[in-house]
Amino acid sequence: MHAELGQYLIILAFFMCMSLAIFPMIGSFTKNAVLIHSARPLTYLIFTSLLGAFLCLEYSFLIDDFSVSYVASHSNSLLPTIYKITAVWGGHEGSFLLWVLTLAGWMLFVALRTQHFPLIRYCRILSVLGFICLGFVSFMLFTSNPFERTLPFVPIDGSDLNPLLQDLAMIIHPPMLYMGYVGFAVAFAFAIAALIEGKWDAAWARRTRPWAIAAWVCLTIGMMLGSWWAYYELGWGGWWFWDPSENASFMPWIAGTALIHSLAVTDKRDSFKGWTLALSLVTFSLCLFGTFLIRSGVITSVHAFSNDPERGVFILMFLLVIVGASILLFITRAGGITKKVNFDFYSKDMFLLLNNILLISATFVVFFGTIYPMIAEAFGRKLSVGAPWFNAIFPWPMFMLFVLLGIGPLLNWKRHDFSKLIPVLVKIAIVALVLSLIATFSLGEFYLWVLSGLFLSFWIAGSSMFFLSHTTRHANWQSKLSKLSNANLGMVIAHLGVAVTLIGIIISSLHSVEKDLRVGVGQTVEVGGYEFRMLKSEYIKGQNYEASRVSFMVSENGDEITVLAPEKRYYLAGKQIMTEASIDPGLTRDIYVSLGEALDDKQQVWAVRIYVKPFIRWIWMGAIFMGIGGIIAALDRRFRQLPKTAHDSHKTPDKETTQDPIGTTVGESA
Amino acid sequence: MAMKPHRKKKLLAIVGGVLALSVAVGLILYASGQKMNLFYTPSEIAQGKAPLDQIIRVGGLVKMGTVEHVDRDDSVLETRFVVTDKAMDINVTFDRVLPDLFREGQGVVALGRIDEQGVFVATEVLAKHDEEYKAPEVLDALERAGHPVKKDD
Repeated sequence: MHAELGQYLIILAFFMCMSLAIFPMIGSFTKNAVLIHSARPLTYLIFTSLLGAFLCLEYSFLIDDFSVSYVASHSNSLLPTIYKITAVWGGHEGSFLLWVLTLAGWMLFVALRTQHFPLIRYCRILSVLGFICLGFVSFMLFTSNPFERTLPFVPIDGSDLNPLLQDLAMIIHPPMLYMGYVGFAVAFAFAIAALIEGKWDAAWARRTRPWAIAAWVCLTIGMMLGSWWAYYELGWGGWWFWDPSENASFMPWIAGTALIHSLAVTDKRDSFKGWTLALSLVTFSLCLFGTFLIRSGVITSVHAFSNDPERGVFILMFLLVIVGASILLFITRAGGITKKVNFDFYSKDMFLLLNNILLISATFVVFFGTIYPMIAEAFGRKLSVGAPWFNAIFPWPMFMLFVLLGIGPLLNWKRHDFSKLIPVLVKIAIVALVLSLIATFSLGEFYLWVLSGLFLSFWIAGSSMFFLSHTTRHANWQSKLSKLSNANLGMVIAHLGVAVTLIGIIISSLHSVEKDLRVGVGQTVEVGGYEFRMLKSEYIKGQNYEASRVSFMVSENGDEITVLAPEKRYYLAGKQIMTEASIDPGLTRDIYVSLGEALDDKQQVWAVRIYVKPFIRWIWMGAIFMGIGGIIAALDRRFRQLPKTAHDSHKTPDKETTQDPIGTTVGESA
Repeated sequence: MAMKPHRKKKLLAIVGGVLALSVAVGLILYASGQKMNLFYTPSEIAQGKAPLDQIIRVGGLVKMGTVEHVDRDDSVLETRFVVTDKAMDINVTFDRVLPDLFREGQGVVALGRIDEQGVFVATEVLAKHDEEYKAPEVLDALERAGHPVKKDD
């Protein structure tokens, strides 16, 4: 019965979404109070019914109800309970239910947290979100029903959850990622409501900021978890493959990064308005495009769920409706919103504009590389665009961005006496150069990429440190932190995160030692200054798999460091073979061993992958910094304060702008 | 030239923008010629259609009974196998660990280049992901060689 109840709840949600998309919107134009006030209860109902549907699916998994075909194909009676719970989002249909539930969660949150908005605006935002939700719910209902039954031929047991997904990081990666993806729907809905209203001021941009930052944080952490998971679980030791499905989440991430920066300009200066609105629309459209890439089957990868063209067509239609409506609204309404605000070249405004240009170029590079194979195929040529192409192009806009990143935060809004800043920048650059030279040569072989990458990392870090000390220069040691606004502190932490990630990427990319070798029991091989002795190869049995486990004694100059024991697992239910890498993690280097196949019948000789990867953890560590920085910034009190009137908010002197970062007084007074 | 300061700034911004854009497009075009990997079937390679100096992709089925692990003394891996589109074959050699899903008779896509002896030296081998899925390139290779695979195959 639970499956039918779940099905019923989805249908209920479908009608609620339809009502939410239509009635409050009509009410907002006809000034009908009943229709306007229906927005909030409808949102509550949508969330409740989708949560109910999700719990029904959870229940079907927990009681091993293999008469539900989604359960039968993604679970198994032998599966450990924790994975039965998470298997709900282990496939296309269930993960889409989670996706829709996540959107409903954001809607609930919006309904609860924006009640101080003018009523018309409030109901329009919810109504736009309702329309998006309607699109997703109907997609689920008509093409991807998770509650479809296998009757009358109920399988005795399920065919198991993909063993790759039987993993802890995989439990949180999809929900986090989805929260990021659909989170940008909130900024989108704000922008659409603004366009309908024909008014968008600094106060409204300020309201959008915490929502956009929150979505960005979720996407950052979600991608970080996915990258980390790929590294230890796929057994290739890579952390980023420029796979189309990774790009699917990377494009909205870069555009979202541009968005949170441009929102800051609109908030502080009441400028860049049309641009910021356009970015909100573009970011969410890229989220939808990513959904299309992953769920339509046009690409094939670990993430691609299905090869059902019907689904692809549906999402494509929905994408076209959203993009078409956005463009139409933007063209007809944005004209009245934009406003001309002057600023000098040496100003925070200008550097944030450059930031946006570079980030959008980077987004375009990823977009081009992702869709080019599809375009080429349409013209009858099969080709692939992979890491070599992306690695040749993507670093350029990024490196330019990192140069500016060291300068932009130190500038005043509108105008800055740059000559006063030059000595400071020269000092930071000299320190960064000396440190990066030392670091580059102590790493061994010289690479220009390493030198420039490390220089930029130290440059960003040095500039951030200077920013901190300068902004808090009048405070005594104890009260220094309280002198910083949350937004500034968050910014500094996130920028330091960029430096940390950059160090990780650069060093691990160029200084990793990767060897694929043929090793037998008792044999010792040397990789990257470590000796690996194969101790034994044995057979073991887990709860739902059997495995060969091969142990290695790892030592450095004769000193034993650790024993690593990678496994080759055979999952019984799905008859799948899987590689379980064994890693000795460290702040400055990871030792990574994984198994290929046995090269003899007695399993005493193996193809073995041995990697020594310096500083690889810094990649994910930096992403965590970015996430923490984002959370701190999103909690800035300023975002929750109501300006006296919405119109003069940009004239109200802000704490930050009057702090006068670099000691010139020209900036604000002029 | 008497130009109002804000005009001059605007001009500078436009010139800068156009410059940046052209550099970006130039870079993309340059790298595109170099770094994109075209796909060829074993038959096309046999007909000499594939370039010898470029990294290409080749796809097909791993021919039954052809996978051989070369026993070398120096711990270096070497695997040889034959990829076929059921019309023509190509010998492949690979010195890294094979993916878990690599099996004889199954679809495979290899990245690498053809050496002077006509052997495909692979730097990367991708195998299909599950029982139902065959890489579209593999399907295409079989189809072009006159062995279309039924959808429910």
